[in-house]
Amino acid sequence: MTAASTIGAPRPYTLVAELTYRCPLSCAYCSNPLELARHASELDTATWQRVLGEAESLGILQVNLTGGEPLVRDDLEALVVTARAHDLYTNLITSGIPFDRARLGRLRAAGLDSLQLSVQDTDAQGSAWISGRDCLDAKLEVAAAARAVGLPLTLNVVLHRGNIARVPAFIALAERLGAERLELANTQYLGWALVNRDALLPTQAALSEARTVADAARERLRGKIEILFVRPDYYADRPRACMEGWARRYVVVTPDGQALPCHQATSINGLRFENVKDRSLAEIWNASEAFTAFRGDDWMPAPCRTCDEREIDFGGCRCQAFALLGDAAATDPACSLSPRHDVIEAARLRATDVRAERPLQLRRFRLES
Amino acid sequence: MIGPASRPRLAPKVRFRFDKRSGKHMLLYPERGLELTAQAARIAELCAEQLTVAAMVERLVSEHPGVPHARIEADVLTFLRQLDDRGLLAETGT
Ligand code: SF4
Ligand code: SF4
Repeated sequence: MTAASTIGAPRPYTLVAELTYRCPLSCAYCSNPLELARHASELDTATWQRVLGEAESLGILQVNLTGGEPLVRDDLEALVVTARAHDLYTNLITSGIPFDRARLGRLRAAGLDSLQLSVQDTDAQGSAWISGRDCLDAKLEVAAAARAVGLPLTLNVVLHRGNIARVPAFIALAERLGAERLELANTQYLGWALVNRDALLPTQAALSEARTVADAARERLRGKIEILFVRPDYYADRPRACMEGWARRYVVVTPDGQALPCHQATSINGLRFENVKDRSLAEIWNASEAFTAFRGDDWMPAPCRTCDEREIDFGGCRCQAFALLGDAAATDPACSLSPRHDVIEAARLRATDVRAERPLQLRRFRLES
Repeated sequence: MIGPASRPRLAPKVRFRFDKRSGKHMLLYPERGLELTAQAARIAELCAEQLTVAAMVERLVSEHPGVPHARIEADVLTFLRQLDDRGLLAETGT
């Protein structure tokens, strides 16, 4: 029995506030839900402010303001002020577009603690290939502006077959831009990225090369830039510790107010979610069906149920188990102990097959705002 | 590496705050946080004063009469090096 199932709900640390699904980009690896229409009505300012207060009462320490593209919300400054009033460490996670230099200064003045800027590629063509738009110059401008107003900068890079060879260039870019943090995260193959998996999954060789480079840079830049490398679980023996455990540390609130244990959770058929418009965050966190469904270890099947590592990876990703096996309560097939690990091995083999064709589908429903 | 002559301060991305619920001080930084012991919290606080590590140690020695200097110095260096490993310190020149 885990602590979670004996002493009630654990303390959440982070609120992921997805302020909008609107986004000027359409990245092929974006894992936002694919049906946009359902999300037509965004929460208003006052509701978000209430949610931020409820988050603090629940013990939450950080808020990630994200989207979509949070910069398209014109109440962002007001939300940052509220988040800081509740003593939350406030991260803005943005593509930086639409860019507005004065606005970054206002956000910093409002109390924003950190800016996480997504960069698709260091090469303009690569950037256009993956996001449907060449926006590298704009990113460079945003990074410079962030530094000018004293905003600590993280570069967020999602790695895939098309850009993984440029890990050295991403590191050089982070140095040039004065970033304090560089997050090199391999694509998580869910949602749209799963549709494009054969085009996006790098080869094992490319992955280990990138990892070696990142490890060396981490040593060299220690104390200057914190370098994180998140591996794709397709090339590991064990799954990633999803969100540090289902409904254990994170709450995601979607633009229309649904509270989710993870931002992919709506992909799991049959799970019911509550809305912050109807219930407090505390009620949802402590007792709702979706949050309690895979919390702790009572739900676990074999081999997780008796595995020594279940407190480390929590049985892996529920959404991946559902997407690949049709069963959200199965052991994540990324684990080599899973009886269905063959589905991962097959994808790995396809990634190394040099003859394979790899067309990439861009998402098309996105609104140009 | 952090030594007695270093002047460590917290990196700009790090926020030092008190957490009512646990009754402890914390260091918060993007996506992460560290819960501090009372001693560690005092060291983190001293990082705001632009002191050398040696001066921090002197200060702590005077605050804890009876605790050997060498013990305090070792604790301070261990803690600061842990922060440095996590990228949480910015060092200003000595
Ligand atoms: S269940 Fe999967 S998609 Fe959801 S948070 Fe965990 S790792 Fe991510
Ligand atoms: S069997 Fe389950 S708990 Fe054990 S390592 Fe695999 S996924 Fe993790």
